[in-house]
Amino acid sequence: MAKPITTSDQVRQILNEEGAPVVVFDHVQLAFDEKVVLKNVTFTLIKGHTKIILGASGSGKSTALKIMIGLLRADSGVVWVNGQRVDQLTEAELMAVRADLGMIFQEGALFDSLTVRENVGYKLYEETDLPLEQVDKRVEEVLGFIDLEEHIEKMPSELSGGQRRRVAIARAMAFKPSIMLYDEATTGLDPITATTVDDEMIKLRDLEKVSSLIVTHQLRDAFYVATHMARRGARGRVEIVAATPDKERETEFIMLKEGVIIFEGDAAALRASTDPYIVNFLS
Amino acid sequence: MPIPIQRWFKQAAFEVQEYVYLTCSAFAALFTRPFYRHDAIEQLDLIGFGSLTVVLLSGLFTGMALASQSGLTLDQFGARPVVGRLVSASMIKELGPVLTALMLTGRIGSGIAAELGSMVVSDQINALRALGTDPVRKLVVPRMIAGIFMAPVLTVIADFIGISGGWVVARYQLQVNSSLYWASVTKALYMHDVWMGLAKPFVFGFLIATIACYVGLRTSGGTAGVGKATTLSVVAGSVAVIAADFFVTQFFIGFVF
Repeated sequence: MAKPITTSDQVRQILNEEGAPVVVFDHVQLAFDEKVVLKNVTFTLIKGHTKIILGASGSGKSTALKIMIGLLRADSGVVWVNGQRVDQLTEAELMAVRADLGMIFQEGALFDSLTVRENVGYKLYEETDLPLEQVDKRVEEVLGFIDLEEHIEKMPSELSGGQRRRVAIARAMAFKPSIMLYDEATTGLDPITATTVDDEMIKLRDLEKVSSLIVTHQLRDAFYVATHMARRGARGRVEIVAATPDKERETEFIMLKEGVIIFEGDAAALRASTDPYIVNFLS
Repeated sequence: MPIPIQRWFKQAAFEVQEYVYLTCSAFAALFTRPFYRHDAIEQLDLIGFGSLTVVLLSGLFTGMALASQSGLTLDQFGARPVVGRLVSASMIKELGPVLTALMLTGRIGSGIAAELGSMVVSDQINALRALGTDPVRKLVVPRMIAGIFMAPVLTVIADFIGISGGWVVARYQLQVNSSLYWASVTKALYMHDVWMGLAKPFVFGFLIATIACYVGLRTSGGTAGVGKATTLSVVAGSVAVIAADFFVTQFFIGFVF
């Protein structure tokens, strides 16, 4: 007899389909005392796509990411991540949701007392029963992906700012999450170093099919990620090239102003916007 | 009641509530998986072996000063030979546990608060949570275990070194015969004193570690906040140790003996 299809099976089936919504924010509100941080924020992240949240400092961008991963709880509204309502889950239940979410924090947030190897493999070493050889292999693999294998035994303090951010990306991708959240991953980096971090985001999105939510106020990086794509060239070498129009449309921008979404659309629509705030922000 | 005072009481009640919640969560985490064994062992080493020097030195000099001071007083009554009795009773019941705990507050409490505070302000605690680790299990439980179990061990060592320091002074400064000193040390030791002296450091170790963890995890305001958290952890830990000393003593006098 065929196994009956349960709700969770149905959710899994839907999430496996092309164009499935992996993150849904539905009228989310949050205030700290009198200060409203997010007001009626509604958006959807489609599987394999990228959403870039732009806005000035204090506009609520990072807060939205923290709500998504359950580090903060919204006052009202509904938040779905991979078919689970994270706004209703307990801290213990959230651990299962976080198993499929990788987050890169501002400044990297690497563990000071651990080496690059231990940082990257942290979740696999500490939170899984995988054999050590397998974890070591995976750590070396992800460090190879971001071209930092030679730094594997170094401490975070021995790395440059850009290297620390890239190690943070490696740590977040080590357990193969399907959604990556980048919180100001390039802030404070020079343009050349920032591009190396942008390239890692593009590679993860296009080669590993990871859905991405990027929070930034660095326009250069936002547009770079939106207008470029990664592909395997001759002899399997990864190339970053200009994105095709279809690929470009897979990246959407959201502009937040004082906790309210004032724009949602692709790069072309953002450039064409006549909203004075957006025009001022882009200039 | 004036509004600022009301606000102060509300804030104090909130802090106590959050502290109790943290310690209850830590106790609950002791009996469920996952348990971070390596972190617990590392903390036992850091708090126990790492504090040995400071505890040895403070114990030694306390015992020596105690013998020297009490020798002068006892001379007035011609009771110099019983100096050992005074040193052992004072060290085991009061000075050993309290001074060791105060040394641990300075060394361990400040270290824990600074470490966890830095982790909070640099988003490492959030990173831990995002990676699926409960910070209470990973950070608080190992430190609490180390505090509870290493404070008594260090206290026993401090007691022994203090009494030995007292012997050095008694023998070479006060010219008290060694066998007389050691006989008087053991004569003053009653089992209830020993129990009291051993029970106190369990309470002190628990308080020092959990207060430091609580203060560290509630750090805000960047690096300046870390400095404040470190100071607060030492101040709150020291006051808690001295207050707990009084209450544990009252408990033993009232309910146990």
